[in-house]
Amino acid sequence: MQATTHALPHGAVAHEAHHEELGFWRKYVFSTDHKIIGIQYGITALIFLFFGFCLMMMMRWSIAYPNTPVPVVGPLLEKVLGADKGVISGEVYNQFGAMHGTIMVFLGIVPLAFAAFGNFVVPLQIGAPDMAFPRINMASYQAFVVGGIIMLVSFFIPGGAAQAGWTSYSPLASAVATQGQTFWIIGMVFLITSSLLGAVNFLATIIQLRAPGMTWMRLPFFVWSQFVTGFLLLLAFPPLEAAAIMQLMDKVAHTSFFLPSGLQISSLGHISGGGSPLLWQHLFWFLGHPEVYVLILPAMGIVCEIIANNTRKPIWGYKSLVYSALTIGFLSFIVWAHHMYMTGMGTKISTFFQTTTMIISIPSVIILTCLFLSLWGASIRFNAPMLFALAFLPMFGIGGLTGLPLGFNYSDLHLHDTYYVIAHFHYVVAPGTIFGLFAGIYYWYPKMTGRHMSEFWGKVHFWTSLIFMNLIFQPMFAQGMAGMLRRMADGGANYSAAQVPGAIGGLSPMIMHFNQTISIAAWCLGLAQIPFIINFFWSIKHGKPIASDNPWEATTLEWQTPTPPPHGNFEKAPEVHRGPYEYSVPGAARDFTPQNEA
Amino acid sequence: MRDLFAKILGLPVLASEHGAKVDDLIIYVHYLMAALFVGWILYFIYALIRFNRRANPKADYVGIRGHASNYIEAVVALVEIVLLVGFAVPLWANAVDHFPKADEHPTTINVIAQQFAWNVFYPGPDGKFSKRAAQFVTQDNPWGFDKSDPDGKDDLAPMSNVIHVPVNKPVIITLTSKDVIHSFKLIAMRVTQDAIPGMRIPLHFTPNKVGVYQINCAQLCGNGHAGMANGRLYVDTQEDYDAWLAKQPKQSAGGAASFE
Repeated sequence: MQATTHALPHGAVAHEAHHEELGFWRKYVFSTDHKIIGIQYGITALIFLFFGFCLMMMMRWSIAYPNTPVPVVGPLLEKVLGADKGVISGEVYNQFGAMHGTIMVFLGIVPLAFAAFGNFVVPLQIGAPDMAFPRINMASYQAFVVGGIIMLVSFFIPGGAAQAGWTSYSPLASAVATQGQTFWIIGMVFLITSSLLGAVNFLATIIQLRAPGMTWMRLPFFVWSQFVTGFLLLLAFPPLEAAAIMQLMDKVAHTSFFLPSGLQISSLGHISGGGSPLLWQHLFWFLGHPEVYVLILPAMGIVCEIIANNTRKPIWGYKSLVYSALTIGFLSFIVWAHHMYMTGMGTKISTFFQTTTMIISIPSVIILTCLFLSLWGASIRFNAPMLFALAFLPMFGIGGLTGLPLGFNYSDLHLHDTYYVIAHFHYVVAPGTIFGLFAGIYYWYPKMTGRHMSEFWGKVHFWTSLIFMNLIFQPMFAQGMAGMLRRMADGGANYSAAQVPGAIGGLSPMIMHFNQTISIAAWCLGLAQIPFIINFFWSIKHGKPIASDNPWEATTLEWQTPTPPPHGNFEKAPEVHRGPYEYSVPGAARDFTPQNEA
Repeated sequence: MRDLFAKILGLPVLASEHGAKVDDLIIYVHYLMAALFVGWILYFIYALIRFNRRANPKADYVGIRGHASNYIEAVVALVEIVLLVGFAVPLWANAVDHFPKADEHPTTINVIAQQFAWNVFYPGPDGKFSKRAAQFVTQDNPWGFDKSDPDGKDDLAPMSNVIHVPVNKPVIITLTSKDVIHSFKLIAMRVTQDAIPGMRIPLHFTPNKVGVYQINCAQLCGNGHAGMANGRLYVDTQEDYDAWLAKQPKQSAGGAASFE
């Protein structure tokens, strides 16, 4: 595959000539510079991530100690959400649950993994002066902010936010009498629009703006991961956008796209009927499953960069990584119905979907294997980004492996909708993706600011996060295996053996006790983020200054720029002569050979 | 080995015939997972110790030269194929395509889920359920029974949150919902099936242990979801079941139950 490595439409050098100083608003708020937009996305997404986590910390109180007032924030909940005496009712719990999922996925991880890192790093790594469409880039961020504000505002309207889960299944989504769902859908339309604008921009940038010599097989794997992610967003989100508008019509215009005949729901009144609740699930999961890879692929890309850099050797099996990522991208569109095994699925359809599900596990295992095997023969530096990147491997491994018993329909029969599922996908996205993102923050922070984050506090952050993440999610496998179900405001207390003496198979005291230990671990995990937050802001002014523009002695192009990179990025338009991970080349004077070194 | 692993995994009490096969598959998949994970971790720890900067100051440009990983990939794929073709697909076909025949005398029951209870319908001695239609729904006839349907004459009066079945006999439950999606889950029976409005979905199982079991709602169904826990499945001896059945009022006798 010969790359289109023609000259840039407006080269960095030409750009330099009419460079002008911009005012504060144009420079930092309404910026079209990909680096500023990346940082905007990053900080906004980190705030949303923390907010989404706070919702969960409150829900964990209700799970561990149901029907008791939430300490500290109880009065606030009473005032803002009308929570009686500060107790989290089923209504408030469902709001928090729906919004925790929505915020973490659509306002936290996607914008951080795809938009923030993608924006800051991709143009630099491919040697481009900016994104292909800088104004569309700005519009993408603005649509994201509007969507986020709509989601947040929905907490304060009468009846509060959406209550039908982040999956928003009809008819429940239409049956909930409050308007939170309406806000949710409109907010989603903005977020989807934002992602589509971003996806188009990334694809155009990666295809068109690669520096001379930057052929496809010289792209850093992170760029590949963003490229596949861009396609996933572009092709998977439009069906959900259409479905969301149909569900909005069900809600506000009394259509029945997803509502069958004969429904007896008083809040809905008379409906024409004739729709299908399963249609929503198909449309939702047609996005929902590719979305999983939208969450994980960029993290894999980040981890790959950091492992190559800190093992001081080329990534083992670069081509396998690339082809695996492309295969995952394709297959992720034909596995969606494995989320729906329990909807009355026949043998033929479920055979198709579990076969594709098993096939997609193979490229995932290949990626993980390549990253593991890259450690062989290495000279490993254990710095903060590397610790997070290394921990990603076994943590994502657990998340991926525990997908297997859920992917076979017959074992899913027992595990479906239990805490086993929660533990599984959280291992993928929390100690998996989020660790990858932390690694990326510690790694690229010096390029953004010219200073390092504190290594010591980074390591404190790492070890505490690692321990508490596992104390949270590991017991959930046991809970799920024992039959504890998701989305219970009381943590399954109504199903506990203590509650129903004489019934066989109630949840044992030990399984119920895990509710409390998990909650305590979750709050400790919250505390463990404090060193990170302080470190992040403190280091902007007071961190250790970098020794050079390339402090990690890396090969990829983002490090061959001034720090922070100026408008237009490169002092001299770079020319690429080699692959992305030429570390410890035999006979070379240094143990790294940058891509643009002649 | 299998029992030890079942214990480590913490699989709950089992009380149905097919359930052992569900547990088997869960256990076999976990063998594969455990083998892979232990292998990865041992390699990982060794590599971190052997190849840290102090132990190995100069990295090797090539790294691993062998092809062992390819064989491991192939083995993983092979095991997955075996689990898929040998277990998951035929077992699923058995669950959804091969229902008990009439000569096995299954107990047939209809269940209609609602926020936040399970409504249970028995067809009476003729084994046929009364027709229902929206046009017949009134205050006194909330389920819209067709009173002129002879099949309905011997139906039992609808009941709430209680299912009785005889032990060691197949049970067929046909499931739907009158409002939102619920999920009918009998953990000890290894049974899960979504109850979806507008669809009638049958499921079957054969309980093999007498006792009282909880009926779980596994799908978020509204603010009372966590409290939708009053459903009970009573697995009785045949005598107890017959005695219970004889005591139940007929629907035609006007024994309308309360559904709140």
